[in-house]
Amino acid sequence: MQNHAIDIQALRRGPLQDEDAAPPVTSLAVNQLSLFYNQDAQALYDINLEIPKQRVTAFIGPSGCGKSSLLRCINRMNDLVDGCRVRGQILLDGEDIYDRRVDVANLRRRIGMVFQKPNPFPKSVYENVAYGLRIQGINKKRILDEVVEKSLRAAALWEEVKDRLHESALGMSGGQQQRLVIARTIAVEPEVLLLDEPASALDPISTLKIEELIYELKSRYTIVIVTHNMQQAARVSDMTAFMYMGKLVEFDSTDAIFTNPAQKQTEDYITGRYG
Amino acid sequence: MLQQDSYKQHISAQFNAELEAVKNHLLEMGGLVEQQIGRAVEALLARDSGDAEQIIEDDQQVNQLEVSIDEECSRILARRQPAASDLRLVFAIAKVTTDLERIGDEAAKIARQAVRASEEGVSPSNFVEIRHIGNHVASMLRKSLDAFARLDVDMAVETIVQDGSVDTEYASAMRSLVTFMMEDPRTIGPVLNEMWALRSLERVGDHASNISEHVVYLVRGLDVRHIEPDELVAQVEEAERGA
Repeated sequence: MQNHAIDIQALRRGPLQDEDAAPPVTSLAVNQLSLFYNQDAQALYDINLEIPKQRVTAFIGPSGCGKSSLLRCINRMNDLVDGCRVRGQILLDGEDIYDRRVDVANLRRRIGMVFQKPNPFPKSVYENVAYGLRIQGINKKRILDEVVEKSLRAAALWEEVKDRLHESALGMSGGQQQRLVIARTIAVEPEVLLLDEPASALDPISTLKIEELIYELKSRYTIVIVTHNMQQAARVSDMTAFMYMGKLVEFDSTDAIFTNPAQKQTEDYITGRYG
Repeated sequence: MLQQDSYKQHISAQFNAELEAVKNHLLEMGGLVEQQIGRAVEALLARDSGDAEQIIEDDQQVNQLEVSIDEECSRILARRQPAASDLRLVFAIAKVTTDLERIGDEAAKIARQAVRASEEGVSPSNFVEIRHIGNHVASMLRKSLDAFARLDVDMAVETIVQDGSVDTEYASAMRSLVTFMMEDPRTIGPVLNEMWALRSLERVGDHASNISEHVVYLVRGLDVRHIEPDELVAQVEEAERGA
């Protein structure tokens, strides 16, 4: 029985986990995080969450539940909102990103973000991807060429654009623009990719391409995705967090959340029932 | 926790209706199969070849239901992408149809033994064991279907545990039938026929037990196949404490 030809444990782990059996390492640790938009409006309540490295973690929940607010806290986008206050900690590899000594520009290089609507710069495809390097002062053509190609390949876009690298990015389709934005984000070699509804403005085929891309990128990056589309969360993520009214209701493996959630609220939400 | 009326609470009324319909069709199939088993045992006890032929013919209806319920399930999976308890419901229904269809086959096999008994003469045992085990597995089947309809885990567990005593009764019936054959070799034919019928009834008990295992999975999300009854009871109790 010991030498059984089929590895039953591997079958149980399922296709998403079997490539690396080692237990995941925590990339981002959210500790007792609360977020206030002004004195009376609290958007997040004491969130505790450990986001594993090189896995896809999805935040799901109804509109206004705080999932995008939480995502924005992770690269300090909320700093830009007047009167916004954060209590608690977010540790990136053990360091508090809200520490006074943290350089926010550098933090956002390490934690890249992609938004719902593709936002390419009104420049060529090439310059969009090279942008991050140029502002770091890297202008050597050989290095830029290499990074542009590597990033476009990683974003599954190279074959489609290699002959029009110097045409405007604004002439591309929405799905291509979104993959270009992802290429631009990964060109600066971040550790974490934050995706805020990355496919909600795209057609179904472009959506599937983005999802496939997410699956490929997770071997190198920690990915956090906010999505309204529950089937998308079920398809692409390893871990799922369900949020409701600013609170984290349940956080577990995606398998557990979508087959046998522990909380009734989670069940009602993912099965489309009245809360 | 999964509740009786939880299939009526989706925002999509159409989805509610589809789940409700497939569940009702399964219970209809269960009712038909229950009837088939009851009639087959009666036909055997009465050596009534007329009704037996009808039972064999009616097995086609059971087969048709299996096909159409499976179609409904795959349509729901494709169109609705059910999750959590809805997913478990569709999955459990697809599994239970297989068990019900097999029970239908066993009913047809018993009916065939009834035809033979009417032609080849009766076993000297007077079918005491058939009557006894027949009643026992019929009650198991009824309970497992009730457990499914009411999402009653306690009843399902009771049915699974009960299957152990059917197995014991079956073994002892086999021993006693062997003694008849040893006493008088002329009885070997009819006794063998009776043994086949008993074997079918014992299988019905196994399938009823499987259905109950699917009920536990459906309600608790716990896979309790291939484990000993004591372990099963312990796991279900533990899940209950956690809930």
